[in-house]
Amino acid sequence: MFSRQLARRVVLRAPRRWSHTPAGLAGLNSVTEEDLAHFAKILPSSSILSTLSPSPTSSSELEPFNNDWMNKYHGKSTTVLKPRTTREVSEIVKWCNQRKIGIVPQGGNTGLVGGGVPIKDELILSLANMTKIRSFDDVSGILVADAGCILQSLSDYLTPHDHVVPLDLGSKGSCQIGGNVSTNAGGLRLLRYGSLHGSVLGLEVVLPDGTVLDQLTSLRKDNTGYDLKQLFIGAEGTLGIVTGVSILAAPAPHASNNVMLALPKFENVQPLYKEVKRQLSEILSAFEFMDRTVYDLAVKHGQGRALNPQDIDGAECFVLVETSGSNRDHDEQKLNSLLESLMDTEEPLINTGVLATSPAQFSALWAIREGLTEAVSKEGKVYKYDISVPRNKFQEVVDKTREHLRSKDLLHEDAVKYVVGYGHVGDGNLHLNVIAAAYTPEIEAALEPFVYELVASYKGSISAEHGIGMMKTHALQYSKSPTSIEWMKRIKALFDPNGIMNPGKVLP
Amino acid sequence: MRPSAVRLLNILVPVKRTVDYAVKIRVNPDQKGVDLNVKHSMNPFDEIAVEEAVRLREKLKGEVKSIKVVTIGPPKASETLRTALAMGADSAIHIEVPDSAPAPEPLSVAKALRAVIQKEKDNGGVDLVIMGKQAIDDDAGQTGQMLAGLMDWAQATFASKLVVDPKAKVADVTREIDGGLEEIKCRLPLVLTTDLRLNEPRYASLPNIMKAKKKPIQKLTPADLEVDLTPRLETLKVTEPPKRVGGGKVESVDELITKLKEAGITPVKS
Ligand SMILES: Cc1cc2nc3c(=O)[nH]c(=O)nc-3n(C[C@H](O)[C@H](O)[C@H](O)COP(=O)(O)OP(=O)(O)OC[C@H]3O[C@@H](n4cnc5c(N)ncnc54)[C@H](O)[C@@H]3O)c2cc1C
Repeated sequence: MFSRQLARRVVLRAPRRWSHTPAGLAGLNSVTEEDLAHFAKILPSSSILSTLSPSPTSSSELEPFNNDWMNKYHGKSTTVLKPRTTREVSEIVKWCNQRKIGIVPQGGNTGLVGGGVPIKDELILSLANMTKIRSFDDVSGILVADAGCILQSLSDYLTPHDHVVPLDLGSKGSCQIGGNVSTNAGGLRLLRYGSLHGSVLGLEVVLPDGTVLDQLTSLRKDNTGYDLKQLFIGAEGTLGIVTGVSILAAPAPHASNNVMLALPKFENVQPLYKEVKRQLSEILSAFEFMDRTVYDLAVKHGQGRALNPQDIDGAECFVLVETSGSNRDHDEQKLNSLLESLMDTEEPLINTGVLATSPAQFSALWAIREGLTEAVSKEGKVYKYDISVPRNKFQEVVDKTREHLRSKDLLHEDAVKYVVGYGHVGDGNLHLNVIAAAYTPEIEAALEPFVYELVASYKGSISAEHGIGMMKTHALQYSKSPTSIEWMKRIKALFDPNGIMNPGKVLP
Repeated sequence: MRPSAVRLLNILVPVKRTVDYAVKIRVNPDQKGVDLNVKHSMNPFDEIAVEEAVRLREKLKGEVKSIKVVTIGPPKASETLRTALAMGADSAIHIEVPDSAPAPEPLSVAKALRAVIQKEKDNGGVDLVIMGKQAIDDDAGQTGQMLAGLMDWAQATFASKLVVDPKAKVADVTREIDGGLEEIKCRLPLVLTTDLRLNEPRYASLPNIMKAKKKPIQKLTPADLEVDLTPRLETLKVTEPPKRVGGGKVESVDELITKLKEAGITPVKS
């Protein structure tokens, strides 16, 4: 028993674990006191947090920067710099490149794949002090802002101008627009406004040698050669530091409605999506799925306001549908006739549902969906797999994973408590969450590469929106061909020959 | 002797369509009113009132004979009635006024409600009126008390708990008062006004929304009830509260102390 387990672990570890110096970190230097003396010439003392400086910061103050949101990844950086301007960023990077010091760009640190925290003791460059809104044009809807602006604050800024940011995430109170761009965040509005590859119009990036690449155009159309900015969208800080973002805001919808539907069985999700799309067409703005277990966890942990318990007896899963449009009467009429037709058939696709009748109810229903991430993390330690698989396979993936864990005797109170699924049906994106009592090597070995192979068997993606970070570098091969990986490596080497930018992340 | 027949309760719940509480209120340029071209929903206190009536029925079962909702308002106010019907009311009365009509004042609303109660005599009368303690648009907070006065009925305002004994025809009510709670016993018929803590209103479920579409709404005009809803007050001016002036940042403790001194704040020796 013992030797078998050991053998399995050795085999699994060989291709993906580092021994001492993780791949990508070889040849890089640690921050020294001399480096700090140099940084003190570039930055005011309030922008430097370091255990090495003459008036050292306590290491507990560095903890929020060294540990990720899930408290799963733990860095050991001695130094956090918080520049206020692009120029300051540029000078820091130039110095680090000369000195071969690894840099981890950090936004709101809400990333879910360990991309924003150091693997060892790389320098953390936090964008938190770059929070200026540079311009907004309410005719074109183009917003230009510092990378460190928090998503919620951009949203608040746009409200009086009758516009919205074209993306919305459960983490909006902490994540930054630069982090969103760097992870190519998807989120709750993707169905409506498309991905950031479309809505980001320009970027300002500090390249790994300190050069500032200014592509902050405010043009909707610009076909003049290679579109370099696209490379940085989703690069997770491995090619440069995003310091400014030009993004196309959308006109605020004047009428928003939502409805939470309870379904008797998962098989109904797909036909329901078809019917909802057909009837609501242009006003459909979100179609979010959650299974019964994760819904119950959200209720247990006080997220949003639950439906009446007796009404949802026997519901196997839930769907949250949102509409946004410009004419309230028109939208409500469409939604009402959809609901009527759904309820008024021989074999309804839904058991029941709730239609928000006030903005408070609207928010309370969204709060259930947006609170899922938080609810599962309150329940235990979560292994998060954010995958793209065919829509009709969502439940199958969750069930197969649960059965696999059961067969390994890992499905009980002291190991894995729940296996749940939720996600953006409209985008074919499933969040498969495995909630365990603790992170253990046994559970990890049971899940990986099992989950990745499962995803590959559906020709899916192992990371639909959270990225690769440090969590999935070894698994990149399940979604990208050797040729793709080879060319990604060449691009990385071209931009960052010294390998200082977010070392050890994304590429295997 | 024959046992006396169990008295069945008839409940009336007045509701009002108001600007939704989450909407940011904007004053019209003419300073005579606010922008009403925004999302409306049921006055939150009225929602609590409907919920309480429905809960009473769930508790007392057949002893609650009817739950009727009534509103005075423009054509769109019928949506508010449908919401109440979807929550569990049985039938509704819509006293319809034109979109252009000014909002009626508490006294005329109370008189209209009195007329409705009198009309209901043919349907077994009204034993209990449950209504919001105030509407969040005018915040007048007077209608319930005026109605009780006009009817010469018991009144229990700002209720946070209600227990009704239909056989004894009494209600035990807990009221929210300054600095605590007050428990009172009232004889029916009773006018009860709801406070925030009375209950948490349910969502209307889709099957119930569908059923509500088939429930009857009786339309009446103020003339049918022989009431005059013309306001007696004239609005002179509506203005926004003065803008809050933002605070400033200080660089050091010394600067803070200087600023505090400048503002006339001095330390107290203890
Ligand atoms: C409750 C919750 C809900 C979430 N929901 C979603 C969701 O629906 N969809 C989704 O896609 N994600 C979601 N996420 C994940 C996360 O919020 C996003 O990935 C977000 O875009 C990360 O932004 P951040 O500012 O926190 O970046 P960080 O976590 O700080 O960094 C993420 C990555 O980007 C790099 N980076 C950050 N800023 C810069 C910069 N200025 N220049 C270069 N590189 C940079 C970092 O090095 C790191 O690799 C959720 C997370 C939480 C906690």
